[in-house]
Amino acid sequence: MAIFLTKESKVIVQGMTGSEGQKHTRRMLASGTNIVGGVNPRKAGQKVDFDGTEVPVFGSVKEAIEATGADVTVIFVPEKFTKDAVIEAIDAEIPLAVVITEGIAVHDTAAFWSYAGKKGNKTRIIGPNCPGLITPGQSNAGIIPADITKPGRIGLVSKSGTLTYQMMYELRDIGFSTCVGIGGDPIIGTTHIDALKAFQDDPETDLIVMIGEIGGDAEERAADFVKANVTKPVVGYVAGFTAPEGKTMGHAGAIVSGSSGTAQAKKEALEAAGVKVGKTPSETALLAREILNG
Amino acid sequence: MDLFEYQARDLFAKHDVPVLAGEVIDTPEAAREVTERLGGRAVVKAQVKTGGRGKAGGVKLASDPADAVEKAGQILGMDIKGHTVHKVMLAQTADIVEEYYVSFLLDRTNRTFLAMASVEGGVDIEEVAATKPEALAKIAVDAIDGVSEEKAREIVEAAKFPAEVKDQVVAALQKLWDVFIKEDALLVEVNPLVKTADGTIIALDGKVSLDANAEFRQPDHAALEDKAAANPLEAAAKAKGLNYVKLEGQVGIIGNGAGLVMSTLDVVAYAGEKHSGVKPANFLDIGGGASAEVMANGLEIILGDPEVKSVFVNVFGGITACDAVANGIVQALELLESKGEQVTKPLVVRLDGNNAELGRKILTDANHPLVEQVDTMDGAADRAAELAAK
Repeated sequence: MAIFLTKESKVIVQGMTGSEGQKHTRRMLASGTNIVGGVNPRKAGQKVDFDGTEVPVFGSVKEAIEATGADVTVIFVPEKFTKDAVIEAIDAEIPLAVVITEGIAVHDTAAFWSYAGKKGNKTRIIGPNCPGLITPGQSNAGIIPADITKPGRIGLVSKSGTLTYQMMYELRDIGFSTCVGIGGDPIIGTTHIDALKAFQDDPETDLIVMIGEIGGDAEERAADFVKANVTKPVVGYVAGFTAPEGKTMGHAGAIVSGSSGTAQAKKEALEAAGVKVGKTPSETALLAREILNG
Repeated sequence: MDLFEYQARDLFAKHDVPVLAGEVIDTPEAAREVTERLGGRAVVKAQVKTGGRGKAGGVKLASDPADAVEKAGQILGMDIKGHTVHKVMLAQTADIVEEYYVSFLLDRTNRTFLAMASVEGGVDIEEVAATKPEALAKIAVDAIDGVSEEKAREIVEAAKFPAEVKDQVVAALQKLWDVFIKEDALLVEVNPLVKTADGTIIALDGKVSLDANAEFRQPDHAALEDKAAANPLEAAAKAKGLNYVKLEGQVGIIGNGAGLVMSTLDVVAYAGEKHSGVKPANFLDIGGGASAEVMANGLEIILGDPEVKSVFVNVFGGITACDAVANGIVQALELLESKGEQVTKPLVVRLDGNNAELGRKILTDANHPLVEQVDTMDGAADRAAELAAK
């Protein structure tokens, strides 16, 4: 079954004709993703050839959906234009928008997140500044390498791209139901909690690995959620124990988060919720392995 | 990017937030002319990006231009919590009757913005939040709706501002929201916002933090950067477009992806516990495309850090292929040696993921005397720490 993305997913790419968009569309196609179109108003009506697969370009997300029945969009447009691209996706009411672009101004993310809410949250947003998500053997929406691992019964949710790959690699022999990179920006669409909830409800996921990082209080809130709602085993990893204190947000920031946002605080919160937390990625993988092997 | 008080004051003035006249100087003698311009008296304020400067003696009242020169001389060069004072702001004096607090900031948890306000300003607002939370009003601000007059009034009512200043604070909040939105700020804080003896509302001291991701539409912001304060290695790395942070330690770190690099620092620190307590020397994320040039630039910065005793290159090839990374390392070493730089510090390399075997073979074949390969991240961290402890 997997979460958010399956082999039935019909995927379009906003920014498919740009260099990053082209490169990753080719990779997504090679890993079996059903890419049904690209979006670029200046190239509408054209077709792009990816090693023999012709992908049509549409003038808008709405047109692409009408022509293809697309239900997922992957967004590669440059950071200056990302807000408008996401708003276009929300207006078209596409069920899932995966925002890969990094370096987006926080005010832009805050604006499209607010816009999604005003439109009734019909579009699930993953990202921005994330590697996307992969359901191995079925579909791949984003930039996660498809050949690291195989289908299996572990669900993975992570703030960090390369740590996602590292964890997929550590547990490659067991395999994953779905791996979701949610991104580490101050404001993100889909959260740890959203993914935990979906994995808890997914009959094909037996164990959940969650990877966090310093900053904010998403991990602490995820810990509360696990305690109250998740019956499947959860293994965690938090990066940033030795990271220098980031740019301070003044006194005001610490008050709002209600937490210091340190790796130690996150680890303690997760452990208090019954999550086994590894000291290193390898140790975390070992904890997952031990649980699955009984 | 956090701004100095005088830079915040300038941004406030630009958006018509009521502020006092003020000018920044970096020599005591300059205080004379400025104080004369300000009407003969001035408050001399140390410009440092840390709190508690008042208690540290970094704010003094000057009664005349000569006194201002003396006070500026006392404050310039002062050390406040590890920050050397290079600049002071001379500001008009004000007869303060009451002190309030207002701010706009990012609320990560609720994925929106937040207004905070209190009539108990002037002190450490964290203290107020901890001991008298009812005295600090917190009102969510929608990113699209912003702060209308109605919203500003809601904030003012929630914080129970006195009737006679309400209208002025409502106006000031709308101007401060302009600063927050138009300057792409992550934080706009005024503490204190004061009422003077004649009943006027003034933003007396401000803290502003700007979003570096918004630089594409904020061309003026680059000039606000405090280049003098940057560590020389960090400045050199920035000039080369590298994402580098200097730390106090002996194991130089190069990796790809912020999360993996942070994790690498942790793993090296753990390994260091067994090896004389050596620590990671830096954070360096070379990103996705680890070309020879990027690798050479990164190595050059790290090897330029005299504290570094060993280097740990930790790469997981996702999109990047490990053979490209391995070639990058080999070519980087050749590049550095051809530039006459003696590479004398050992490199521990761990390659995993895309084309890892090919990458390992390239390094094995190159057989560089200083390059050593270890298969796992934990094992490689241990070896790098061991080499640094020697």
